[in-house]
Amino acid sequence: MSKIDSVTVRDSLSVSFTVGAYGVAFGAAAVANGFSVVQSCLLSLLTFSGASQFAVIGVVGAGGSAISGIATASLLGIRNALYGVIMAPRLKVSGLRRVIAAQITIDESTGVALGAEKRNEAAMRHAFWLTGSAVFIFWNLFTVAGALGAQAMGDTRAWGLDSAVPAAFLGLLWPRLEKNSDRALAIVSIIFAIAMTPILPAGLPIIATAFIAITVGLRR
Amino acid sequence: MNTFWFATIGTSVIAFALKFAGHSIPQQWLENPKLQKINALIPIALLSALVAVQTFTSESKVMIDHRLAGLCTAVVALLLKAPFPVVVISAAVTSAVMYNWL
Repeated sequence: MSKIDSVTVRDSLSVSFTVGAYGVAFGAAAVANGFSVVQSCLLSLLTFSGASQFAVIGVVGAGGSAISGIATASLLGIRNALYGVIMAPRLKVSGLRRVIAAQITIDESTGVALGAEKRNEAAMRHAFWLTGSAVFIFWNLFTVAGALGAQAMGDTRAWGLDSAVPAAFLGLLWPRLEKNSDRALAIVSIIFAIAMTPILPAGLPIIATAFIAITVGLRR
Repeated sequence: MNTFWFATIGTSVIAFALKFAGHSIPQQWLENPKLQKINALIPIALLSALVAVQTFTSESKVMIDHRLAGLCTAVVALLLKAPFPVVVISAAVTSAVMYNWL
């Protein structure tokens, strides 16, 4: 492997540490929602996709079925497949390397890699591997810390953890709301989910909003 | 196997399957513009619904409590372009204050 340039290292590590630190919020929220420390850590190791992880603990923690939680998390995970489609022809890897590349194909590794592409092809590949691996390490270490911390806290509501999860979702949602039509979809989804909560089993009001998105997408 | 284990393992298996599928399927399969559009819209709908359900409901009942204060703080933090961890922590602190003292 050729030498990694300092801009790539700086970009990759600053993103990785910031995002990884956020694993504290996940670990704590997972335990607050009834998941064990081991389950919380397994989600970070194996699922390794923030939005999907928060979704499954959110839905199951609110009393939804495992299927509802898995479905919501998986719908959010579809974008990782699209990132894979974008990255595969750029990385050109196979076998075990492809398995590892797939596991670390997330928002951050894809984003930093595509950002580095304008410098050169090597920088793009370095950025992908470095960002993906560093997020993986930080995210998992911080998850353990958050999960153990929350376990020691007792009543996690007294520490505000029940607000950390919706705030996290809002933080993930915010950058996607640039167009008015997207804001309208967000508002409709919020109203629909609240209105349906007393009527539908837990989890379903969330999954149902995906169909609103599909309907809107097909019409436009 | 209880709900939490089933959810943990099921989510993990599908998450990896999706990632690996992306690296393995022919590129032109996903080039349909409508599919791209829908893929951009689904996270907006789901994340909005998750914000709503996590803030305004508890055990299938609609309710307004300390979590709304946390969410409002998060909105202010985002409007001020605060970094991610600041958004989450400021929301948690506000919510904790409301929960403990009100």
